[in-house]
Amino acid sequence: MTHQKQKLVVIGNGMAGARVIEEILKRNRDFFSITLFGAEPYGNYNRIFLSNVLNGTQKAVDTIMNPLVWYQENAITLHTGLKAIKIDRQKKMVLGMPVKKGRVPYDRAATGLPDENLVSVPYDKIIIATGSAPFIPLIANYGVPGTFAFRTLDECAHIEAYAKSCHKAVVIGGGLLGLEAARGLMTHDVQVTVIEAASQLMGAQLDEESGRLLKSTIEAMGIKVLCSMVTEEIKTTEGKITNLVFKDGSTLETDMVVVSAGIRPLTDIAENSGLDIKRGILCNDQMQTNDSNIFAVGECVEHRGQLYGLVAPIWEQAGVLADVITKTNPRATYTGSKLGTKLKVMGVELVSLGEKNPRDERDEVIVYREPKRGIYQKLIIRDDQLVGAILLGAVEAGDYLMRLFKEGGFLPVKRTELLFGSKDVSSLSNVMDMPDSAQICNCNGVSKGQIHDAILNQGCSSVSKVGACNKAGLGCGSCKGLIAQLIEGYAGEVGYDPSEHYYVPDIPLEKSQLIAVIKEKKIKSVSDTFKILGDGPEHAPSKVGLASLLHSIWNQEYEDERDARFINDRVHANIQRDGTFSVVPRIYGGVTTADELIRIGTVAQKYNVPMVKITGGQRIDLLGVKKENLPHIWKDLGIPSGHAYTKAVRTVKSCVGTDFCRYGLGDSIRLAQEIERRFQGIESPHKIKMAVAGCPRNCSEAYVKDVGIVTVEGGKWEIYIGGAAGGCVRKGDLLVIVDTHEEVLKYVGRFIQYYREHAKYMERTYGFVERIGINRLQSILVQDELGICNRLDADIQKASDVYRDPWKQEAELPVYPQQFKGSELVKVLKEVVNNG
Amino acid sequence: MVNLGSIDKIPLGQGICFIVEGKEIAIFRPRDGGLFAVQNKCPHRQGSLAEGVCDQNIVICPYHAHKFNLHTGMGSEGDEKIKVYQIKEEKGEILIEV
Repeated sequence: MTHQKQKLVVIGNGMAGARVIEEILKRNRDFFSITLFGAEPYGNYNRIFLSNVLNGTQKAVDTIMNPLVWYQENAITLHTGLKAIKIDRQKKMVLGMPVKKGRVPYDRAATGLPDENLVSVPYDKIIIATGSAPFIPLIANYGVPGTFAFRTLDECAHIEAYAKSCHKAVVIGGGLLGLEAARGLMTHDVQVTVIEAASQLMGAQLDEESGRLLKSTIEAMGIKVLCSMVTEEIKTTEGKITNLVFKDGSTLETDMVVVSAGIRPLTDIAENSGLDIKRGILCNDQMQTNDSNIFAVGECVEHRGQLYGLVAPIWEQAGVLADVITKTNPRATYTGSKLGTKLKVMGVELVSLGEKNPRDERDEVIVYREPKRGIYQKLIIRDDQLVGAILLGAVEAGDYLMRLFKEGGFLPVKRTELLFGSKDVSSLSNVMDMPDSAQICNCNGVSKGQIHDAILNQGCSSVSKVGACNKAGLGCGSCKGLIAQLIEGYAGEVGYDPSEHYYVPDIPLEKSQLIAVIKEKKIKSVSDTFKILGDGPEHAPSKVGLASLLHSIWNQEYEDERDARFINDRVHANIQRDGTFSVVPRIYGGVTTADELIRIGTVAQKYNVPMVKITGGQRIDLLGVKKENLPHIWKDLGIPSGHAYTKAVRTVKSCVGTDFCRYGLGDSIRLAQEIERRFQGIESPHKIKMAVAGCPRNCSEAYVKDVGIVTVEGGKWEIYIGGAAGGCVRKGDLLVIVDTHEEVLKYVGRFIQYYREHAKYMERTYGFVERIGINRLQSILVQDELGICNRLDADIQKASDVYRDPWKQEAELPVYPQQFKGSELVKVLKEVVNNG
Repeated sequence: MVNLGSIDKIPLGQGICFIVEGKEIAIFRPRDGGLFAVQNKCPHRQGSLAEGVCDQNIVICPYHAHKFNLHTGMGSEGDEKIKVYQIKEEKGEILIEV
């Protein structure tokens, strides 16, 4: 049967619109010729990740779900930046208009006058997937500069740009999105307060008690939370926001306001076209509006009195709609979804299913609390069926409960087994017992069988590899735990560990969060960090990393506790395999003098130093020194520390450049010495080795240094970063080419400071530069996309200004009496102690 | 029991090494309380554990970061274990059973 293609117009290029097209193409590629209206200027992107874009952990481009070539490959006519405004149901035409510059696409006044630049597209069938607009409560002066909604990529960029000039920010709305916006803002160095009109946070997912618990967990991260506060007015002075005024008359100082107080379905087009609407566009069980040729899907829909704002129900709607509209299964029906969701709010895991509170006293309520660890679990059981659950802080039981909740099924007689499993069945068996057809990744529709295949036949041994193979886990990410369990079950090992993102193992915070909280709470010592941010007592594996971080945040204000330092940093020398130490004096740029050499030689003789060795970094190493002799040797040398023992700026090697070399193009020695004097000893996540080469022959090996400077023809200097020539060999990436020494110092300092702030502890620059990407680093450090360069420059200058040579400081007076002492020989007298 | 002298010899949060009857013994005084005595030499490559970073449960060897439980002597690496000595503080003095 030859088939004349029908004309399908999809209105809305968000997650629902693109998904329904995918579902249609899966069923029948030749049924429709498709035209798609998208009011935003991009392809389809994953809105779930907006807060990651705001906090910089994800690039805007990485949220794109369907790149433009996908539309071409599938012969979809895509109109971006064009908003469909009306359906002419008599002429069967959709009318669209360009979105005006500077307008948000969901704004009713986003387009021009009625017949300006009108585009009209004929249709046989229409799917409306316009989604929703942010709900803005009535607040006087909302709309002045510095007020934002949080819904689109463009708004994200505006918030980020504006936050640069702010110290304080307020987020109005304590729901999921509001808290995510707060998390995003926190990384921009602003003090964030969340305002919630209701008496608790996340009223849609939590009951009052878990809301309170979440509040205290979030406050411990450095975000203030005010509940039961209704904002009435935004006050400004000279066009700048100064404070908020609340209904009770109190006020709060702030520099900017982000509103994230829920969403409302976007129904303008349905309204303009005479379709039935209540809260959303009314649809029957086949996702059909009151016009049989017009369907709707997603957040804009009202179905059986219910609105949906989560992806899972919307995917179900899209599947049914595709079945119906392609006639694959014309009788398919959507009868509503049970609302269950797995979320991560600011790093806190949460599962919320169905009802939050019992209906009456016949409902069984089971509650487990562990306030110290921020854990709260609650189940509501009615007629032996699970009708509601809240898991906060510990969600191991979440997948099991989610299945019981959605599919029904018998509950164990011992209710504790719902939360903690039974003694003879391990929790692992739950997911392993599921059938191969069970869907694991609800975002991308990946079944257990497909994941099984990826693990066994494609050799995927980690969550990210499974994702690369079949997209599982790449949507909202909430199924990653299940995928990890499957890997564990099938392959016996797992490559996924959330704690790998923590800066140190015992404080559950990523580095940017940790820095923000440390600054906010003014935590200045390692022991205080454990008391305030940890579970109380110290944990040895985290001490050294924290000491380094605190020192680089607070400089001289840092409260030094030597026990938190690695031995090398307690005594400013590198411990050797026989318990002795090595002493490497600073030799700027690798250039010494006859006088210095004589002194070094004299010291070596005086203290019987067993070996004097030239190092790879153009230094002289005195090896085999006893700890007791360290301060005496430093004093006799009278040369500053070379920092060869610590995670800090170490050496800057140089070639002889224009001083003597026939090929030299630049004065590499002088530049190397300038760099070394400016940045010597500055502490960082790992060691920083540098070099300057006076010509591209690269005799000082600058291409393979953490930071390498190479002169090229024309008196210019190339700055390379992320090079390595140790266990890993990597040529550095070119950051920028500059003309003067002063500019070299500026960019080198800027990179070092950014590395200090963003690298994980013990992450060398070669890993860091690869992780962030040289293009991103260029836009941050050269183009100043984030507007932080001046601050980076000032902070590295400060670190440089407060630098003191530790050898000079501690040679005369040890920090504590035992600092340089060896073992203590105890003479055992015939001492009788009454130990009975 | 042998009296090793004042507890103040040991900087808070650190360890120091005593040689008692020819035995090298590392004694730790964690910030969160307690006093621990273990053999000083790491069984792996003989690093001096007294130079390691510790807490009230473990010490980390400065050489290759092998960890040892200060209460039991059990090591983080399979078959490694160190000797633990009875130790107590009395009137500000360290008393050890060797």
